[in-house]
Amino acid sequence: MNTPAVEVSDLVKSYGSTTAVDGVGFRMAPGSVLALLGPNGAGKTTTVEICEGFLRSDSGAVRVLGLDPAADGSKLRPRIGVMPQGGGAYPGVRAGEMLRLVAACAANPLDPAWLIDVLGLSGCARTPYKRLSGGQQQRLSLACALVGRPELLFLDEPTAGMDPQARRLVWELVSALRADGASVLLTTHLMEEAEALADHVVIIDGGRVVAEGSPAQLTEEHPDAQALRFRARSGMDTGLLVAALPEGCLVSEPSPGGYLVTGTVDPQVVSTVTAWCAQQGVLAEELRVGRRSLEDVFLDLTGRELRS
Amino acid sequence: MTDLPPTGRFTPGTFSPAPGAGAPLRMLRTHARTEAVLTMRNGEQVLLTLLIPLALLVGLANVTVIDLPEPRVDSLVPRVFALAVMSTAFTGQAIALGFDRRYGVVKRLAATALPRWLLVAGRVLGCLAVVALQLVVLGIAAALLGWSPSAVGLVWTVVLGVLGTLSFGAIGVLLGGALKAEVVLALANVIWLVLLLAGGVVLTADTLPTGMADVVRLLPSAALTEGFTDALVHGTAPALSTVAPLLAWGGIAGLVATKTTKLT
Ligand SMILES: Nc1ncnc2c1ncn2[C@@H]1O[C@H](COP(=O)(O)OP(=O)(O)OP(=O)(O)O)[C@@H](O)[C@H]1O
Ligand SMILES: [Mg+2]
Repeated sequence: MNTPAVEVSDLVKSYGSTTAVDGVGFRMAPGSVLALLGPNGAGKTTTVEICEGFLRSDSGAVRVLGLDPAADGSKLRPRIGVMPQGGGAYPGVRAGEMLRLVAACAANPLDPAWLIDVLGLSGCARTPYKRLSGGQQQRLSLACALVGRPELLFLDEPTAGMDPQARRLVWELVSALRADGASVLLTTHLMEEAEALADHVVIIDGGRVVAEGSPAQLTEEHPDAQALRFRARSGMDTGLLVAALPEGCLVSEPSPGGYLVTGTVDPQVVSTVTAWCAQQGVLAEELRVGRRSLEDVFLDLTGRELRS
Repeated sequence: MTDLPPTGRFTPGTFSPAPGAGAPLRMLRTHARTEAVLTMRNGEQVLLTLLIPLALLVGLANVTVIDLPEPRVDSLVPRVFALAVMSTAFTGQAIALGFDRRYGVVKRLAATALPRWLLVAGRVLGCLAVVALQLVVLGIAAALLGWSPSAVGLVWTVVLGVLGTLSFGAIGVLLGGALKAEVVLALANVIWLVLLLAGGVVLTADTLPTGMADVVRLLPSAALTEGFTDALVHGTAPALSTVAPLLAWGGIAGLVATKTTKLT
C-alpha cells in the first residue's frame, strides 16, 4: 500500500519544434508535498497537465495514484483536485455558483459556504467571476480544487498574484491538507514557498530536472559554499570587484540594490567587498554572511540571466 | 483583506480525503441549471434568443414587409419558433462553448468527476430549458396577437423543439468545440444571418425558385421551419422530408464533433 502519489519517468513532450519537457522524472511519496520549481517556460505546467491527463506525453511513463492518467482518466479524476494556472470559470458565473457546481460533482464535498468563508470570499460570493480581482479569482480556483476532498491535489502556482495574507492562508491550507493525509503537488517560483511547504523539491529548467531533494539537502549540497549579501546603490559596475575576489566567487545583483557574492566566503572576501564599496564611495548596508538559501541554489542552477 | 481566518483554525481531519464522483443526476441538474441561468443572465444572449424573435414576431405580424397568408401570425409562429431554436442551440451554444474553452471552463469541469457524456448532456439540457422558456414566451406573445394552435400541433411542436435543439445543438458544439473563440463568434453570427434570410426561415422554401428551394429544403433551418408549419398551421405530424434533414445534420455533426471537440 505504498503506491507513490505520482511517479514520472523520462517524460518528453514537444510542441512543434519546442521541447517543453525533455526527460523529466521524479517520484512523490503519498501524503507528501512536492514542489516543482523552475523559471518561466521550464516545463512545469506541461508536466502537471500530463499528470492530470490533459496532455499526452510523446514518450515516458506516468503513474498517478497507480493509474495511467491518459488511459484511466475517468477513474483518476474523481480522486484528484486541480487548480490550473489561471482561468477556469465562466466569466458571468458568481463565485458561489461556480464552487457549488464543482462541489456537486463530488461525492463528499466540503461545505461550499464554509470554504467561501475560509478563503475570504464571503464579500464577493455573488460577484461575477470577471469582476473578481486576480487574487480573488485565484482563491476561488483553489477552493474548486479543494472542495471535493481529493486525495491528491495539483496546484499550479497557487499563490501567484496573492497578497501576503492570502499567501499565508494558502500555506496554512497546504500544511493542513498534508497533516490530514492528502498529497499536494504544487509549482512555484518562490523559493521561500518551496522551502516552507515542500518535503521534496524538484528543480526543473529547460524541460529537465536539474536538482532534487529536500530543501535541506539542496542547500547543504555544497556546505562550504556560502553567500555574502549587502545592500547599496543599485546598478554598480561589479567588474572590478569580481577581478579582486578569489577565483570561484560570483557577484550578482538579484534585486535592485541587493548584491550577492557566492563562493567560499572567508574574512578576506569580506574585507575585499567592504574595501571595494569604500572605493565606490558607498556604504554597504545589511552586510551579512550566511549559508546559501534555496534561492541561491536555484539561481546557480538555472542562471541569473532573464531568458526569453 | 480583513476577513481571513485567524491562523491555526483548521481542526485536524477537516481535509481528510474522501474522494469520489457525485450522483450523476445531481451533477446533471446542477450543470444544466448553471448553463441555463448563465444564458439568461447574459444580455447579448437574451437579445439573440428572445428579443430578436419577439421583435420579428410582433413586427412582421403588423407590418406588411413580406407577403404572408392571413392570419399573418399563424404563418409567422413556425418561423419564429425555428429561429428561436436555431439562435439558442446553434449560435448561442457555439459562441458560449468557444469562449468557455478559451476561459478554461471546459477544462475546469473536465478536471472534476463529471464524466465526458455529462459535460455534453448538461449543456444540451441547459439549452432545452432555455428553448422551452423561449417557446412559452413567444407562444404567449403570439396568442395575444390572435394565434390559436391545435392541441395535436402543440404536441408535435414539443417533439420538434427537442429534435431541433439536439440537431442544432450538435452543429453548435461542432463549431464551438473546434475553432478559436473569435472565429466561432464571427462564423456563428454569419451562419445565423444567412440561415435566417436565405435558409428557409423568413422566406420559406416554397416561395423560392425551384432549384434553390430543393437545396434550401435540405438545410436544418428550412426543415425545422417546415416541420413547425406542418404541426402548427396544418395540425399534422411533420413530414418525413422535414424530420430527415434534422436527423441527418444532427447525427453527422454529433459524430464529427466527438472527434474534433477540444477542451481548450
Ligand atoms: N500550447 C503550447 N504551444 C506551444 N508551445 C507551448 C505550449 N504550451 C507551452 N509551450 C512551451 O513549452 C515550454 C514550457 O511551458 P510551460 O507552460 O510548461 O512552462 P512553465 O514552467 O509552466 O512556465 P511558467 O512558470 O511561466 O508557468 C515553453 O517554452 C512554452 O513556450
Ligand atoms: Mg506554468
